[in-house]
Amino acid sequence: MEKISADIVIIGAGPAGLCAAVQAAGSGARVIVVDENKRPGGQLFKQIHKFFGSREHSAGVRGYRIGEQLLEKVEKSSAQVMLDSLVYGLMPDKSMGLIHSGKSYLLEAPKIIIAAGAKENYMAFPGSTLPGVMGAGAAQTMVNINRVLPGEKIVMLGSGNVGLIVSYQLLQAGAEVVAVVEGAPKIGGYGVHAAKLRRAGVPIYVSHTIKRAIGADCVTGVEIAQVDSKWKIVPGTEQHLNADTVCLAVGLNPMTELAWMCGCRFVYIPSFGGHVPLHDENMETTVPGVYVAGDITGVEEASCAMEEGNLAGIFAAQALGYYTQEQAQEKKQDVIRRLDELRSGYFGKIRRESKKKQIDAMHRYLSLVAKAGVK
Amino acid sequence: MDGVAYTGIPSLQELSSCPGVPSEERMNKGRVAVIECVQEIPCNPCVATCKFGAISMKGEITSLPCLDGDRCTGCGQCIAQCPGLAITVINRNYSETEATVDFPYEYLPLPQKGDIVDAVNRAGETVCRGKVDRVVRQPSYEGTSVISLIIPKQYFNEVRSMKRLERP
Amino acid sequence: MRVIEHPVLGPLKPRREITIFFNGAPIQAFEDEPVAAALINAGVKAFRRTPKRREPRGVFCAIGRCTDCMMVIDGIPNVRTCITGAKDGMRVETQDGLVRRKR
Repeated sequence: MEKISADIVIIGAGPAGLCAAVQAAGSGARVIVVDENKRPGGQLFKQIHKFFGSREHSAGVRGYRIGEQLLEKVEKSSAQVMLDSLVYGLMPDKSMGLIHSGKSYLLEAPKIIIAAGAKENYMAFPGSTLPGVMGAGAAQTMVNINRVLPGEKIVMLGSGNVGLIVSYQLLQAGAEVVAVVEGAPKIGGYGVHAAKLRRAGVPIYVSHTIKRAIGADCVTGVEIAQVDSKWKIVPGTEQHLNADTVCLAVGLNPMTELAWMCGCRFVYIPSFGGHVPLHDENMETTVPGVYVAGDITGVEEASCAMEEGNLAGIFAAQALGYYTQEQAQEKKQDVIRRLDELRSGYFGKIRRESKKKQIDAMHRYLSLVAKAGVK
Repeated sequence: MDGVAYTGIPSLQELSSCPGVPSEERMNKGRVAVIECVQEIPCNPCVATCKFGAISMKGEITSLPCLDGDRCTGCGQCIAQCPGLAITVINRNYSETEATVDFPYEYLPLPQKGDIVDAVNRAGETVCRGKVDRVVRQPSYEGTSVISLIIPKQYFNEVRSMKRLERP
Repeated sequence: MRVIEHPVLGPLKPRREITIFFNGAPIQAFEDEPVAAALINAGVKAFRRTPKRREPRGVFCAIGRCTDCMMVIDGIPNVRTCITGAKDGMRVETQDGLVRRKR
C-alpha cells in the first residue's frame, strides 16, 4: 500500500479544517487536508445569510463569501487539499487508512487534526420515514447548492437557528413555509430570525410537536399537536396542516467516529450534541498528537469552528517546532478573545459553560493519569 | 407568553425599553433609524456602519445598540447592514397624511417604484396599502434591497415590511 | 422545481443539460449535479423500498451520511444518489430492498 506522509494531517475541509490548514501551513509545516467530498467548504457554502459577530468575525458577510475568502487563503498557502478522499480509520498508533479515487493508502503524520463536523439528528414519529421528511440541512443543500426546491409546502420542526434560518431561505427560494413547530415553550434561536418569519406570515407554534406525517408514498399532510411541560401530547389539540415536506431541525450530533477509534476519552454534554472528545485549551485530545476543532468538539456555529481551527493549527505547528512558544501564545490571545466574544450573551452562555466543562474534564483526566503514573 | 423569544414579535415592553428605538420627540423631527434589536447577541456591524457615530454599544458586542437621535440623519445605510434585518428608517411626517418606512427586503420579485402593495406589521398581517417610493440595490448592500414605502401616517409604528409578491 | 431566480444567489448559471433515465423514463438534469437533485426536480419522491416491509424511502440528509437515498445506477446497487454526479445517459432505477450486485 502506498504511503503518504506529512507533518500535519487535517481530516475535514470545512471551516475548522481550512482555518487550521492556513495557520499550520503559514508556519512552514507540511500540511495535507483530506475531505471525503468532491468540494471543500463543509456546510459553509450553503450558508447564504449574513453572519453575526463583529467585523473581525466577518459580520455582515454572507457565509459562502466567507467560504470563498477562506479557500483563497488556502490556495495561496502551501497546504495540499485532497478531495474525494475518505479517512476510514484512525488507529491508536495514529496511522490512517485512506481511500482516494478508489485506491487505498496509508496516511501518516505526527500531528493530526480531526475536524469532521456534525450530522443532523433525527426524530421519529409515525410517518417520519416517508419520502418528503428530511433534515433541515438537507433542504438547505437542495435550495442553496443544488437550486432545487425539495417541496412546495414545508413544515419545519425545530426553532433553533438552523430551523429559523433554513425556513427563511426556503421562503427566499420560493417555497411556502406552512409553520415552524417547536416543542419547548420558547423559540430556540435568535429573535431577529423569528421576526423575519413572522413578518413573512409564517406562524410559529411553540409547545407543539408533530404527531404524525400523513401519506402513503410521500408526505401529503402533517398533524401537529400541543405538548405539556413534560413534552406529552395534549389530547384534543391536534391540527392538520397541508404539507408535502417536513424538515427536521432537531439538533446536530458531532461525528466522532475517528476520535473514538484512536482512543480519545469523551465526556457527555447534551448542549454540545452528545458525546464530545476531551481537549485542552490548545485543542489537543487525550491522545497526544491528536487535535480536534469545530463542531466535532461540540456543536456551536461556523465562526467558533473557524477559531477552534485556528487554535488547533497554531498548536499542532508549535508542537512540531514550526512556531515558537511565544509566537503561538501571541496568536492564541487574539483567537481566544474572538472566541470569548462569540460565546457571550444570553445565547453564548451555555456554550461557554459547556466548553469550560469539557476543558476541565480534560484537566481532571490528565491529573488522574499523572497520579496513576500511566504514560 | 409575550416577547420576541415566545412569538418572534417584540413586545411593547421590549420595544419601549429598547435603546435602539428613538424617542417620540425625535420621531417627529424627520427621517430616523429604528433599531428593533432587543436580545443580547454578539453582533455589531451597525456600529461600524454609521458614518455619523449615531449607533453605539456600551462594552461587549452583545450589548443592545443605542441610537443617538441627534446624530442620526436617517441616511439609511445601516438598514442593509444589519444581519438580523432589524433596522428600518421611518419618516413619521413625510407629509400631512403620510409617513414613510424604509425596510430591508430579500425576496423576489421586487416591486417597482409606484406599485401599490400590502403593508404588513410585525406579525405579517396586512394593516394598510402602501406605495413604493424607492427600491434601492447597491453593491455594498450585498444582495439586500431597501424598499421605501409611503403609508397612511397612523400606521408608522406598525408597518415593518410588505407582503411578498407572487412569483411569476 | 428549479430555483431559477434567487434574491441572494442571483440567476442560475447556465450549465450543460443532459438526460438521465429513471426506470426508463427520460429526465432532464445538469451534468454532474447530484442525481437526487435531478430526481427531486422531476417530482420523484420514493427512491427505494425497504427489504422487509417494502416501505418507500427518499432523501434524508443529502450529504452522503445516512444512505436513505440509495438507488441502482447503471446496474450498480446501493449508490448514494445525493453525492453521485449525473452523467449523460445514466440509468437510475428504484432499488427494491438490498440488491446483490449482478456479476
